[in-house]
Amino acid sequence: MGYCPHMAGIVAYGSYIPYWRLQRGVITKSLGAGGGKGERAVASFDEDTTSMAVEAGRVALRNVTANWVPNSLWFATTDPAYLDKTNANTIHAALSLPVSTTAVDTIGSVRSGVAAMMGAGNGNAIAILSDIRTGLPGGADESSGGDAAAAFCFGNEGVIAEIIGGAGATAEFTDRWRQPGEPASKQWEERFGEHAYAPLVDNAFSDALKGANLAPGDINHAIFSGLHARAVKAAVKACGVAGESVVDDLSATIGNAGTAQWGVLLADVLDRAEPGQIIAVVLLADGVNVWLLRTTDAIMKYRARQAAELTVRGQITAGRNDLTYTQFLTWRGFLHREPPRRPEPDRPAGPPSLRSQAWKYGLYGSRDESGFVYLPPARVSMKSGSIDQMEMVRMADIQATIATYTVDRLAYSMSPPVVAAVIDFDGGGRFQCELTDVDPAAVNIGDRVEMTFRRLYTVDGIHNYFWKARPVKAA
Amino acid sequence: MASHGIRDKVAIIGMGCTNFGEHWDKSTDDMLIESSDAALKNAGISLDDVDAFWLGTMGSGLSGLTLSRPLRIQHKPVTHVENYCATGSEAFRNACYAVASGAYDVVMAIGVEKLKDSGYSGLVVSAPADDGTKATVTAPASFSLLAPAYANKYGVDEAELKDVLTRIAWKNHRNGALNPRAQFKKEVPMETIACSPLVAGPLGIFDCSGVSDGSAAAIIVRAEDAHKYTDKPLYVKALSFVAGPATGPIDPAYDYTTFDEVVHSADDAYSQAGITDPRAELAMAEVHDCFTPTELVLMEDLGFAERGTAWKEVLSGTYDLDGELPVNPDGGLKSFGHPIGASGLRMLFECWTQLRGEAGARQIKSIAGGKTKALTHNLGGAPGACVSFVSVVGTELD
Repeated sequence: MGYCPHMAGIVAYGSYIPYWRLQRGVITKSLGAGGGKGERAVASFDEDTTSMAVEAGRVALRNVTANWVPNSLWFATTDPAYLDKTNANTIHAALSLPVSTTAVDTIGSVRSGVAAMMGAGNGNAIAILSDIRTGLPGGADESSGGDAAAAFCFGNEGVIAEIIGGAGATAEFTDRWRQPGEPASKQWEERFGEHAYAPLVDNAFSDALKGANLAPGDINHAIFSGLHARAVKAAVKACGVAGESVVDDLSATIGNAGTAQWGVLLADVLDRAEPGQIIAVVLLADGVNVWLLRTTDAIMKYRARQAAELTVRGQITAGRNDLTYTQFLTWRGFLHREPPRRPEPDRPAGPPSLRSQAWKYGLYGSRDESGFVYLPPARVSMKSGSIDQMEMVRMADIQATIATYTVDRLAYSMSPPVVAAVIDFDGGGRFQCELTDVDPAAVNIGDRVEMTFRRLYTVDGIHNYFWKARPVKAA
Repeated sequence: MASHGIRDKVAIIGMGCTNFGEHWDKSTDDMLIESSDAALKNAGISLDDVDAFWLGTMGSGLSGLTLSRPLRIQHKPVTHVENYCATGSEAFRNACYAVASGAYDVVMAIGVEKLKDSGYSGLVVSAPADDGTKATVTAPASFSLLAPAYANKYGVDEAELKDVLTRIAWKNHRNGALNPRAQFKKEVPMETIACSPLVAGPLGIFDCSGVSDGSAAAIIVRAEDAHKYTDKPLYVKALSFVAGPATGPIDPAYDYTTFDEVVHSADDAYSQAGITDPRAELAMAEVHDCFTPTELVLMEDLGFAERGTAWKEVLSGTYDLDGELPVNPDGGLKSFGHPIGASGLRMLFECWTQLRGEAGARQIKSIAGGKTKALTHNLGGAPGACVSFVSVVGTELD
């Protein structure tokens, strides 16, 4: 990518593949056109690029050392939840990062991810790439797209993949475009984009290899990424990398996650790469960027710590692929359905949300002298009556058990019914919340759950972010 | 904690209660005029005789003007009371205390709620601005949490519990069928109840109280003055109201099979009234059957059944109109709907009617058997975080 000689290396990473899959055949069946083979990952009705970024970031942060503190957080997406308001701040709050960490968005195009990596790669910092990709019903973007996120923590200690080179090439041409607010992008004739990308691929790839003193045959894992499928295919051929080294683009299981695509593929490679291997990332997005990495011995120890369920493949396996096409269209806003005959919830108010940000975003409770945990944080102890004798405790990464539950068919929801549960956290703390990514018929008292950051609803343009529980992914 | 109560210090001398239902043609004002006028006529007094007023409504108006404007009350104290679903009972409680204190001679407690103007199904409450993190579950969902917890704790299987809940709804509708003031004045077959569309958890639409409009009122005087107005006053034996610490939803020790607040308010009320065996001593009880599992759990919390046995008592008909302890002989919230501010006073109206032997087709036999006391109960909030009210009234001075 935009390679700087003083770049730090990757010290931790995480991916997030949402629970839901749409079988492309379902599209074909419904419309008599479009669709295709395999399935694509689908962000649920209560997810957006911000909430998915939080989930990927949480996976990465599980594996950083205690003294790793990021100076900055960089968030990239083509589908930001907000304009004007910085989306990275929500992620920053949900990840409970220090106030001294600067959080910034790089949004709008797939190439924004390059800026995130350039920004974060200079020291202790985290870059998170997240995208929700779709197109008009029946179109190629709808079926080939995928929703996912990936996060990379950079630093100088405990590096698992060092950055050993990179190069970029830029040119102005009209291949893919979209006006802000439009639900789908448009593309020029496919063969034109292939033509425009070809010389840029040659330039950037050979510059990168030359700089790192490598030959195409030295590359163990070559990731080719971009929304222009035909140009990407041509690039694979043009670069002369050995066929077995070309990384599966997971189009059959996830789809093309736009800004996040190469991030997810890189996470997938890091999930299995041996020490001392060379990884190349070639991104075709309004120009070409190439990035060269070499894994270190530390990657084996890192892998031993990583829960198998949280690897890219582990998350692909855990998905549920019976999403209906009408549900998919509803979630993405292409099917405007009759709302429940209940008032819309109120918008979350600014001042209370600021006062309670440790709770709302960081999911902190308070613990009194007796060890009782209050959710939300309380000031007065239940038994002693003492005031402000509390310490704050983060509950986001603690698992819980369902004490009782119900399926609410009356509550306002974009995707009824609402499954609500009373959950008891390990080590104390009870909380009543919504369950998500769950089959209402399969919920039972005693089930184990974990927390996930979600967008509850949107009113007056304000997204109400908060936490829900879902069945445990990784023990 | 001292709770001395005001046993036999005040008495009800007249009551009024509108029909409950979807009153598309009646406003809040109309219902207030109707119930207050009926109560005054019942007591044989005029509005001018009333010294002070307590108005209970949760959402149909703010301030005492909600009552003084339609009734054209001339410069008298009108107190607006709100305490969730116990709002009507709370108006009554405070009105009684005002008389007992000696501050006034004659007061009115009146409750009203206009729910059917909102255009939504179910209860709609406007909350203060917040951070959006409060649970968004509906009232039926909150109370449905009781069902699996109860079944799990006492080893009742799901199908059996559904039969119990169905029987509670069936019983209350059966009672309501005999009540001309009820919103739903007909029996509902058990199959219809059991197979009704699910709303939340195991609760079908027939496990939920209806949504209606209504108003009820009571006139209260000092006990020693009661016979100036009526031969058959109801003496207030006990008034207990508690707000819980709302820790159920945050305390793993809470198991969703009881309302601690109800247990506390019942204990307090029984102690004020000198009742030691409520099941044997009470002629009847009007309880807050907002949802069928609520009534089930209340039978245990109010001391009408041993822990873990109320489900059997329900099935054996203990709380039927002709049972050992009739519960909700008027049809309950199930048949009346739940216009929040009115419900507590509507319950009291049934005690007034039954204890005075004026309940006609649904007259309970326990009165003839010599029992003279009745209980009303309200709760507001959700399991683990609620307010609870219990009153005991009776026809005899102790």
